[in-house]
Amino acid sequence: MTIKLLGSRFRPAKGIDQGILDNHRELVDSINRRGILRGSLTLGALTMLTGCELGHDGSIQTALRAVSEFNDDVQAALFRPDHLAPTYSVDQVVKPPHFNAFYDPEDVRPVEASSWKLELSGRIADKTPWTVAKMYDLPETEIIIKHICVEGWDYIGQWSGPSFKLFLEKIGADTKAKYIAFKCADDYTGSIDMATALHPQTILATKYAGQPIADPYGFPLRLRTATKLGYKNPKWITAIEVTNVKPGGYWEDRGFNWFGGI
Amino acid sequence: MRTKLAQGNGMVKSTQRQPPRLHPLAVRLMHWINALSVIALILSGWKIYDDAVILGWLHFDDSITLGGHPETALQWHFLFMWPLMLNGLIYLIYGTVTGRFMRKMFPISIGEIIATIRETLSFKLSHDDIRHYNGVQKLMYVGVIAIVIIQVISGLVMWKPIQFSELTALFGTFQNARIVHFVGMALISGFICVHVALALLVPKTIVAMVTGGPRDEAGDDTSHSQQSTAH
Repeated sequence: MTIKLLGSRFRPAKGIDQGILDNHRELVDSINRRGILRGSLTLGALTMLTGCELGHDGSIQTALRAVSEFNDDVQAALFRPDHLAPTYSVDQVVKPPHFNAFYDPEDVRPVEASSWKLELSGRIADKTPWTVAKMYDLPETEIIIKHICVEGWDYIGQWSGPSFKLFLEKIGADTKAKYIAFKCADDYTGSIDMATALHPQTILATKYAGQPIADPYGFPLRLRTATKLGYKNPKWITAIEVTNVKPGGYWEDRGFNWFGGI
Repeated sequence: MRTKLAQGNGMVKSTQRQPPRLHPLAVRLMHWINALSVIALILSGWKIYDDAVILGWLHFDDSITLGGHPETALQWHFLFMWPLMLNGLIYLIYGTVTGRFMRKMFPISIGEIIATIRETLSFKLSHDDIRHYNGVQKLMYVGVIAIVIIQVISGLVMWKPIQFSELTALFGTFQNARIVHFVGMALISGFICVHVALALLVPKTIVAMVTGGPRDEAGDDTSHSQQSTAH
C-alpha cells in the first residue's frame, strides 16, 4: 500500500499565492453579479460543468456551506463525550511527527519561550496571561493517538501536556459556553466546540515523545485532540477565547468543514 | 395514481384495471436520484483522493472531477451522501415490502448465469421481454446493491472512525476502510460503464426507466393490494 501526497494543500510546495486567488475571485464575482450561476444547481449544470470549479464561489458555494453547517450539527449530535479513541504503544510512535502547515518547514518562525505568552479572553474568570514555566507546572496527560488528516493520511503520535478540561477549570472558563477560539503565532486561527474541549483525550500539548515539542510542530503549545481532523489542532497557540459566537478558522473560512470531527 | 387515471379515462372499467408498469414511478424516481448521487459522489471523491493517492500511478485530472478544490469536493461529497443514504434506505424498504427484490432478482442460479453467457456469446440473447432479468442481470444488480451498502459503511468509517469505532473494527484500520472505499468506487464505476453500454444497446430499457415501461402482470405489490380490494 502506498499513500503518496500530490499537491497537498496542507503541505504546499510554495505557500499560497493570494494574488492569483484574489484575481480569480474578481472574475467569478463579476460572473455571479450577472446572475449566470444563479439557480444552476441542476442535474444539467452538474453534468455540463463537471471539471470546472463548480461550487467554489457564488450561490452554489452558499448552498454547499449551508449543508456543511447542517453536517456540523449532525456531527455534534453524533459526538460521544466519553467515548475514547484507540491508543497505541510507544514503539508505534512516528518520530519526528509529520510536518503540516499552510507553508513549508523552512518558513516556520520559531517562537521564543522567554517572550511567549498565552493570552486569554472571553468567558474566563482569570484572564492573567500564561508563561511557558507556568504551563509546564500543570500535571500532564499523555496520549498516543492517530493524527488523521482531512486528505486521508495518518500517523501515530505521542503527545503530552495539561488536559484542556483541567486548564479550562483552572482559568475559570465558562464551560457552558459553546466554543473555544485559538490564535497562533503564524496567524493561523482555529476553533472547536466545548464538548470536544472537555473530552478526556483533548490536551494542550507541550511535549512530543517525552520531549518539548520542536519548533516546526508547534512549540511551545499546540492543541491535540483525538476526536478531530488534523487541521482542527492549531499549533504555536498564543491566544485562547471562550465564546458563544461561532468562530471560524484558517481552513474553515476557505470551505473545509467547521466541526471536522472523526 | 392509477385509480385517478382509470376514472379520468371513461373507456377503462374499474374492474379491468391494467397491470402496473414494469418500473412504477417510485422506482424510477429512486433510480435517477441514486444515479445523480452516485455520479456526484464518484467525481467529487476523485478530487478528494488526489490529495493522498492510494495507487502511485493513479491521479484524477481536475477536468474530470467535481469541485475544483479539495474543500469544495468535500462539500459536494458530504452533500450527496445524504440523498444516497436516504434514497438507498427507502429503496431497500420498498424492495423488501413490495416483494420486488424477491420477484425480480431471485433466485439467481448458476445454470441461468451460464445460459445467459452462452446466449450472449452466440448472439442469441433475447431482449424482447425486458420485464424478466436474465441471470447475469440479477447478479449485477444484487452485486452493485451490496457494494453500495459496503460503500456507505466504509464511508461512514472514513467520516467518523472514532464515533463509529464499532464499524471501524470491521475493517481493522482507517486506512483499510479507505482502500475498501476506493475499490468499491472502482467496482461501481465498472458497473456504470457496463450498465450504460448495455442500456444503450437496448434503448427501450432507458425509455422504460423514464416512462415506466411495459405492463407487468407480476408488478409491484402496492398495486396488487389495490386490485384485490377492487375485485
